Amino acid sequence: MIGEIGHYALILALMLALVQGTLPLVGAVRGIGPWIAVARPAAVGQFVFIALAFTMLMAGYIVSDFSIENVALNSHTAKPLLYKISGVWGNHEGSLVLWVLILAIFGAAVALFGANLPPTLRARVLAVQGLVGVGFLLFTIGTSNPFARLDPAPAQGQGLNPLLQDPGLAFHPPFLYLGYVGFSMAFAFAIAALIEGRVDPAWARWVRPWTLAAWCSLTIGVALGSWWAYYELGWGGWWFWDPVENASFMPWLAGTALLHSATVVEKRDALKSWTILLAILTFSLSLLGTFLVRSGVLTSVHAFATDPERGVFILAFLIVVIGGSLVLYAWRAPSLKGGGLFAPISREGGLILNNLLLTTACATVLLGTLYPLFLDVLSGGEAKVSVGPPYFNGTFVPIMLPLVLAAAIGPLLPWKRADLLGTLGRLQFVFGAVLICGLVAWYIAEDGPVLAFFGLALAAWLFVGSLFEVSERTKLGRVALGESWRRARGQPRATYGMTVAHIGLACTIFGVVASTSWESEKLQVMRPGETMTIAGYTLRFEGMRDLRGPNYDAVRGTFEVTRDGAPIATLFPEVRTFTDPPMQTTEAAIRPTLTADLYAAVGDPDGTGGWATRIYHKPFVHWIWFGAVIMTFGGLISLTDRRLRIGVPTRRRRARPALKPAAA
Amino acid sequence: MTRKRRRLVFVVGGLVALGIATALVLNAFEESLVFFYTPTDIVEREPTPEQRFRLGGLVEEASVERASDGLTTRFRITDLSHVVAVSYTGLLPDLFREGQGVVAEGQLTANGVFIASEVLAKHDETYMPPEVAEALKKSGQWQGTGQ
Repeated sequence: MIGEIGHYALILALMLALVQGTLPLVGAVRGIGPWIAVARPAAVGQFVFIALAFTMLMAGYIVSDFSIENVALNSHTAKPLLYKISGVWGNHEGSLVLWVLILAIFGAAVALFGANLPPTLRARVLAVQGLVGVGFLLFTIGTSNPFARLDPAPAQGQGLNPLLQDPGLAFHPPFLYLGYVGFSMAFAFAIAALIEGRVDPAWARWVRPWTLAAWCSLTIGVALGSWWAYYELGWGGWWFWDPVENASFMPWLAGTALLHSATVVEKRDALKSWTILLAILTFSLSLLGTFLVRSGVLTSVHAFATDPERGVFILAFLIVVIGGSLVLYAWRAPSLKGGGLFAPISREGGLILNNLLLTTACATVLLGTLYPLFLDVLSGGEAKVSVGPPYFNGTFVPIMLPLVLAAAIGPLLPWKRADLLGTLGRLQFVFGAVLICGLVAWYIAEDGPVLAFFGLALAAWLFVGSLFEVSERTKLGRVALGESWRRARGQPRATYGMTVAHIGLACTIFGVVASTSWESEKLQVMRPGETMTIAGYTLRFEGMRDLRGPNYDAVRGTFEVTRDGAPIATLFPEVRTFTDPPMQTTEAAIRPTLTADLYAAVGDPDGTGGWATRIYHKPFVHWIWFGAVIMTFGGLISLTDRRLRIGVPTRRRRARPALKPAAA
Repeated sequence: MTRKRRRLVFVVGGLVALGIATALVLNAFEESLVFFYTPTDIVEREPTPEQRFRLGGLVEEASVERASDGLTTRFRITDLSHVVAVSYTGLLPDLFREGQGVVAEGQLTANGVFIASEVLAKHDETYMPPEVAEALKKSGQWQGTGQ
């Protein structure tokens, strides 16, 4: 029964999505009140049915109902409960259900909490959401039915890929999807605004919280994925510029740009059509991300077995959504009136620079990611190439440099018109602090690439500059302390959110620079009792022993770590052998500290009593992910800003007399 | 500042950013485009020792042997028409197995041995790199399903 209820609920949700995607659009044009009003109940109903389908699928996993093909292929009775649950989205079909579920949650949220939205705008937003839902539900039901039955049902499932049986990856897809799908809100609002032909500060205030929430989730999702690659894959890296990684990174870059440009629309009523375009591009990149990961068109180190037929559907869907919205944009955007004027050197100018650099960086990543595909198609399958990390390091990094430099200056510039030299003059304290940081780093590190010191100085620049900006805003040191405190409390939370997020970025840059420039790696065969030294630590290999896990067998190595004779830690790297599915995984042992990680992995025995071992010392590597957490935290602080919670204004009166729908 | 001038600034800024990006891209493409070859391609195109490329195919059955240093693995990659000997020093990915599809990145030495600096790992034991699948199809030896 579970499967049938779930399947039926999905079909009902599709029907409701069809209604939600069509009637309100027509109703809003023709002024038919009841048709406009149907958007809200349809969105809520769609959510209820998709939630029901999702619950049914999850129930199938929890009770191990192997008569459902999807469960049989991806689950196993011996699997821990957490991975039975995460197994729901650990596969193509289930992850699609999660996708539409999140889409429906956002839709229902607009329907339920969007009471202060003008009814026609809300109806159009919900309609666009409904249309996106139609596409994905059709795709799910038509090509990837998660509730397909198996007859006869096998007695046991095939199990989940052991690499996915990990807490980090259990939550990676939901966060990623919350981000991807969250940008559909910005997209829906953009399309609705294009149809209405009106974008104003109120519009930006509605869009910003959704974009912020999506951006926070995506930040966490990308960071979780990178963290997982670091500790689970056993090769010690955390980012490979792989197509699948880029797929999640591009919407993040575009989304970050969107956050910044939406601020200009909100505060200064400028950059409207650009912001609309960014919203469309961000969601398009999210769709592209789903497509790249799910279609298998690109060779990826993270690739899973895929079905190309589905790729064709997603490709068609992509063309319709992206092409359609860009055509609509080309047709309607010229009618959007620009607002406030400003000089190139101003806060607005700084945010434009931010947008230019972020979108350019995003474009270079896109080019590098899709180039192999272009070349393959153009050469008729003759030329197969891949674009490696040197390309991305050679393009992305140089574009990021001015961005980070500007990120410390921009917030200090006033709106409309600013004095760049004067502002730089105020920054002399920051220059001094950065210089001291650089000297201290040089003293501690003793040696290292010059570029690395430059990178550290850049991180310090952003860090100190962000703090300096707070002190400027509160006039710290220039007025009485009590007055500064009063000013500090009076600042809107969104500005603190920005400061915290910029500090998080500084931490991430610091971690990236320090860990890549000063890491050491040693590869050797070790016999029990042998020692090796790395970065001042001595690791003594005590040997390997057998171990039984809940659904795997393992051999576990023991390394006693000492420094100057004093015991520091014991590391237990493992090689696990799973039987369902039959697969081996390397579990690296990591001793993380604030200043450096020790990372040990064991490989195969050499047949004469020795084991291949790989030991890394990675200074400050965890700062990469701390930084991401801090950035997310900044986004959350910004989300709690008063004006986003209760200050959403009603539209200004002079807006054209809106249609008076019968019901709201 | 008029609207037109502002737009001009915007456009010029965009063009400058794009120009710099293009320069960076062209510069970076030179050294970072890595071609994918099958064993048959190697016989036909004879890549030079300084050329870095990816080699893909199946790990030939009964070809994997470990050198006495315990870290170097020698094996052969085949597309079932031709075979290339490969040497790799390091820990092999978990899913490296005889008879499985594999992609290795490195250089071909003058004596015809491919020195791999990287053996790419996959996350899924049923996954076949698309290039490998195609290479096998080309050599007429494909027996898999789908793809």
